[in-house]
Amino acid sequence: MLDIKNLHVKLEEEDKVILKGVNLSIGSGEVHAIMGPNGSGKSTLSYVLSGKDGYEVTDGEAALEGADLLDMEPEERAAAGLFLAFQYPVEIPGVGNMTFLRTAVNAQRKARGEDELSAGEFLKVVRERAKTLKIDADMLKRPVNVGFSGGEKKRNEILQMAMLEPKMCVLDETDSGLDVDAMKLVSEGVNALRSEGRSFLVITHYQRLLDHIKPDVVHIMADGRIIKTGGPELALEVENNGYADILAEMA
Amino acid sequence: MGLPETKQSETEARVNALTMPGGAAWAVEARNEALARVQAKGMPARRDEYWKFTKPTRFVSVEPTPAALFDAQEEPMFDGIERLKVVFVDGVFDADASDDLAAENLEIGRLADATQADIHWVKDLYGMLETRGQDPVDRPLAALNTAFATDGVVLRATGPVARPVSIEYLHASESSDAILHHVIRVEEGASLTVLETGPAAARFNKCMEVDVADGAAFHHIRMQGRDHERQAVTHSFGRLGRESVYKSFTLTVNGVLTRNEHVLELLGDDAVAHIAGACAGDGDFHHDDTVFITHDAVNCESRQVFKKVLRNGAVGVFQGKILVKEGAQKTDGYQISQSLLLDDDSQFLAKPELEIYADDVACSHGSTTGAIDETALFYLQSRGVPKSIATDLLVLSFMAEAIDEIEDERLRDDIQARLEGWLARRRS
Repeated sequence: MLDIKNLHVKLEEEDKVILKGVNLSIGSGEVHAIMGPNGSGKSTLSYVLSGKDGYEVTDGEAALEGADLLDMEPEERAAAGLFLAFQYPVEIPGVGNMTFLRTAVNAQRKARGEDELSAGEFLKVVRERAKTLKIDADMLKRPVNVGFSGGEKKRNEILQMAMLEPKMCVLDETDSGLDVDAMKLVSEGVNALRSEGRSFLVITHYQRLLDHIKPDVVHIMADGRIIKTGGPELALEVENNGYADILAEMA
Repeated sequence: MGLPETKQSETEARVNALTMPGGAAWAVEARNEALARVQAKGMPARRDEYWKFTKPTRFVSVEPTPAALFDAQEEPMFDGIERLKVVFVDGVFDADASDDLAAENLEIGRLADATQADIHWVKDLYGMLETRGQDPVDRPLAALNTAFATDGVVLRATGPVARPVSIEYLHASESSDAILHHVIRVEEGASLTVLETGPAAARFNKCMEVDVADGAAFHHIRMQGRDHERQAVTHSFGRLGRESVYKSFTLTVNGVLTRNEHVLELLGDDAVAHIAGACAGDGDFHHDDTVFITHDAVNCESRQVFKKVLRNGAVGVFQGKILVKEGAQKTDGYQISQSLLLDDDSQFLAKPELEIYADDVACSHGSTTGAIDETALFYLQSRGVPKSIATDLLVLSFMAEAIDEIEDERLRDDIQARLEGWLARRRS
């Protein structure tokens, strides 16, 4: 599904290298987690994959189902099936959540040469998917993320994911700012979307999210590289001993 | 004190080119007094402080700069709304296109007729609020309007008026020069909505005097026509009684030169005045909102919300003042003017002012100018929304605070649709 080879990235505005040769391959239907200390490059990886400005790829490649991601505009990556759940979802006053969702869904359908959903069809689907995430009619009507609590914002991210039906979902610290109940709700939303044809890359600091969203593979990232890869037990090791042991072991 | 020579000669030339309409003695007197005000003040000049950001030349010249006609190719504004239409073509009343001038709880007529007659409330108001609005700042183009206006609408609401009165201005001649003056009185406890739409003329000078009595409500929604080359200067003078409401919203898209002045006096306690404007300009566009709100009573509220989206060298101007007089305690004054510049060539010039002589008031003002929020743009794009559509959504997001000032949902939807249409036509 997602193949990242030898990815090197620096900040565009300054001479700071952030990713120093990332290699990562995620198969169809797999859930991978990336853990790592602050500043290791986890979020940068998610931004570079989704096409945020300000980063320069100096070497390497990233492909989604064989298509070169790095060559595409952010909206083209989305239409190709990539989705990034933001660590800090953006508030957009004056644009209704529903309008935003419908614009996004139809823009992607259009880009893929599919028919746009009618208002009626769309409403039916969105209501049903919102319900499972406990998103009420009021939250759908309100401007995008404005006045939403931390938990509501993250649930809204998962609703977008559910509506856009991406193939490759990147979750950037989706657990940050969530209490236990909210984390459970968000995780259930994510788990409901797990399927054969859909892969996940879960970026997190903590093991506890991985109790809910069970990964197939866990990677440890440090200083711009993936330094260790293992099964779910690797996350437990981090939880118990911190990163110091692993970092020392690799040094 | 004489006028500077250039001003003197420009004023003489402008005045001499116009013909003062005749009428009843009171009207002739009111017009002559207005002419005297024009002659004492002189036409505005670039050096005048109040015209620092907007060149008045085109309003002052004897002949108007011609304006090409523009086929908007869209449904007339407010078309889905039950309304009483009063139509002017290049400033000339069009009886065939207008509805019967009659409605429940409403006296309605033409200024051209009213100035021949002896209607007490027209007589009392004509030129009166305009004159009050000349202090402390000169507004000579409004006085010029009172002296020479050829027609207009006179309205007196005596109770709730169900249908909005829609004044619709058509532009059919490339060199038309129209001067219209509306006189509006909303009696105690009455309510009235006035809509205005259309480009009116190549050059348009419009003045509106609105007297809102105790407990009365006046709503004003305006869409200024899409003709690119039209020029317009408008003045709205309002006087608010106790517990009265005055709310006005204007959408302006296109127009080489527009200056909209609002001059409101809150004279009765607990009065509420909201003035809002959204404008979108692309290229040869200069839009000036000039507002002067005087609080002269206790516990009144005023709100000014102005948003401008500018690109390709478009210019936006905002001059807004809140004056709180001595004794106008518990005043709640709010003013925000913001621009969104879509490129480096466009310009926003703002002059917010507060002048307060009471010690127990809450007044705030803010003015910002900025570019599209890159983080929000990326967020939308990352959801698959193409950059051009994402930019439009953020423009609408920016405009929302002003558009939300429109209370009536249908009118708000109409205005929103116009703005969306304008954006869609410019989508890259």
